Amino acid sequence: MAALELRGVRKQFGEVVALRGLSLEVASGELVSLLGPSGCGKTTALRIIAGFEHPDGGELLVEGRDVTRIPANRRNMGMVFQAYSLFPNMTARENVEFGLKVRGQDRARRQRRADELLELVGLGGRAGRYPNELSGGQQQRVALARALAIEPAVLLLDEPLSALDAKVRLQLRQEIRDLQKRLGTTTVYVTHDQEEALSISDRVAVMSEGVLEQVGRPAEIYRDPRTPFVAEFVGTMNRLEGKLAGPTSVLVGEAGVPLTVQAGHERAPGEAVLVLIRPESIAVEEAASAAEVDSARARGSLGGRVLAFTFLGPVTRLVLDTDLGPLVADVPSIQALTYASGTLVSLRVDPAGTHLLGAG
Amino acid sequence: MAAVSVAATAPSARGARSRRRPSVWAVFWLVLGALYFLVPLYSVAQFSLEVGPGRYGFHWYAQIFADPQFSSSFLLSLRLALETMAISMVLMVPTVYWVHLKIPRLRPTMDMIAILPFVVPPVALVVGLSGVFDVFPALLSSSQILALMYVILALPFTYRSLDAGMRAIDVKTLTEAAQSVGSSWWRTLLFVIVPNVRSAMLGAMFLTLAIVMGEYTISSLLLYNTFAVYIYYIGNTEAYQAAALAIISFLLTWVAMGGIFLVSRFTGGRQQVQIGATR
Repeated sequence: MAALELRGVRKQFGEVVALRGLSLEVASGELVSLLGPSGCGKTTALRIIAGFEHPDGGELLVEGRDVTRIPANRRNMGMVFQAYSLFPNMTARENVEFGLKVRGQDRARRQRRADELLELVGLGGRAGRYPNELSGGQQQRVALARALAIEPAVLLLDEPLSALDAKVRLQLRQEIRDLQKRLGTTTVYVTHDQEEALSISDRVAVMSEGVLEQVGRPAEIYRDPRTPFVAEFVGTMNRLEGKLAGPTSVLVGEAGVPLTVQAGHERAPGEAVLVLIRPESIAVEEAASAAEVDSARARGSLGGRVLAFTFLGPVTRLVLDTDLGPLVADVPSIQALTYASGTLVSLRVDPAGTHLLGAG
Repeated sequence: MAAVSVAATAPSARGARSRRRPSVWAVFWLVLGALYFLVPLYSVAQFSLEVGPGRYGFHWYAQIFADPQFSSSFLLSLRLALETMAISMVLMVPTVYWVHLKIPRLRPTMDMIAILPFVVPPVALVVGLSGVFDVFPALLSSSQILALMYVILALPFTYRSLDAGMRAIDVKTLTEAAQSVGSSWWRTLLFVIVPNVRSAMLGAMFLTLAIVMGEYTISSLLLYNTFAVYIYYIGNTEAYQAAALAIISFLLTWVAMGGIFLVSRFTGGRQQVQIGATR
């Protein structure tokens, strides 16, 4: 039985349809991220799970029990918000204790539990501090401890790191993941940051315009996107339109430049297809002259030249004008040191790194 | 290291700014403003102490304190002020909270309703409300009716103050955070929202106290001998006593305000309205 299940959940705000029959199952102890751009409905979905919004249709089940009409304060779901949400009149310890106080736990027991959780989130020495005496990262840690204190059926995280600076964000997301694994808490994590979603989730649910586009393991979402939206939204992707000429051959563009693709798809020759290629699946080599590019073409490579490049640390992202049209490729930065705008290159697309979708 | 040096220099820069001497013009305007308030107060105080040509003492003050009407009118007004404050807070805090949380589109309407007591003359208010309260004859014959009317009179100040207080905190996020850990509406209001709008509530209470202690028209129309009515009566009959009474009234109002502040401070915990800021 799923720890959390959404069945055909629909929600509309006036004319705007936020969710169009969302169905999703989250297993016990699993961390599922709802990933998508602003306005895709991910936060609405989370708020419906929390009980802050009521769906227009569909059902919400927690461990098989229908909680669709149960008010938020009786759902036992801890939530960490995007905005700092600590109660400003209470110390960190009092914030963590609050949920236990509501449940009528005695003072000694709830203080012990609060101290344990603050220790767990690395704030053992700051229990007596007020929220305005804590940094943003510390406040979110306390908020996490507060949400965990009630031993929630489901932990809900609504972009909890988006207000933090990059370094703290990286550190805290790993801490959240470690803590979630250690406690085995079923968690739904909302984010628009694909890197964040891919790095901490057991599964990622990509959403667009109120619809679940794809649900899968992070590597699966990255390597095997099922829709053009997922391909475009998760990571950088080159898109080429073409026609399937054989099981492993696509003729790209109007010129019909041949490109070898991965076998194993179920598409018929002659079918219009969309070829998706990740930047890291394109191997680029500098060419000294146009003749060298031609010679590479004769050996089955493609020709092109560098239009622009961006240094990204370990890799440099090249924008290339190639035989297939404009492409983006990632090369090791050490290799790109000599590249300039206009540098001639030969390139090879790794067939294993290609992915075919129907052009429709 | 950069962060360390910034953090280390920031306080000293602040310190330098705070140590900077204020400009001559700033001092000039400050002194002018202070004189505007203090000169009349000083003149009244001096007049109230005059017991003969060139002689000063507390003779008029002693007469005021000896007058039983002074204490009865003052205590009546103080009781009415406390009742008005209690009714206002009980009515307005949940209302303003709910408007902010659930129906923010109603705020312009609330703003308009809140200024109505400024527009309606007190005489019209008395006549209108007497008609409304006619259904409770016992109320009409009791001084409690004044508290109910003062709630309306104080509404613009109560509403504005609470509205500003609610705007200063993230009411929605705090409420949802409390609910997510199991808190009911009332518990959230009492233990999360109220402590964080305490300064706004205090402001509203101070203004209510000042309004009630000085309110004359309604109480005199309804024939109640409140403190303002007593001051008016003394002002028309005894010039020296009126001056002494003005000073006493000024001091007593401040003592009452200080009392509310102290009670709130010792019962309310720590007030912090900063929310959502990064550090």
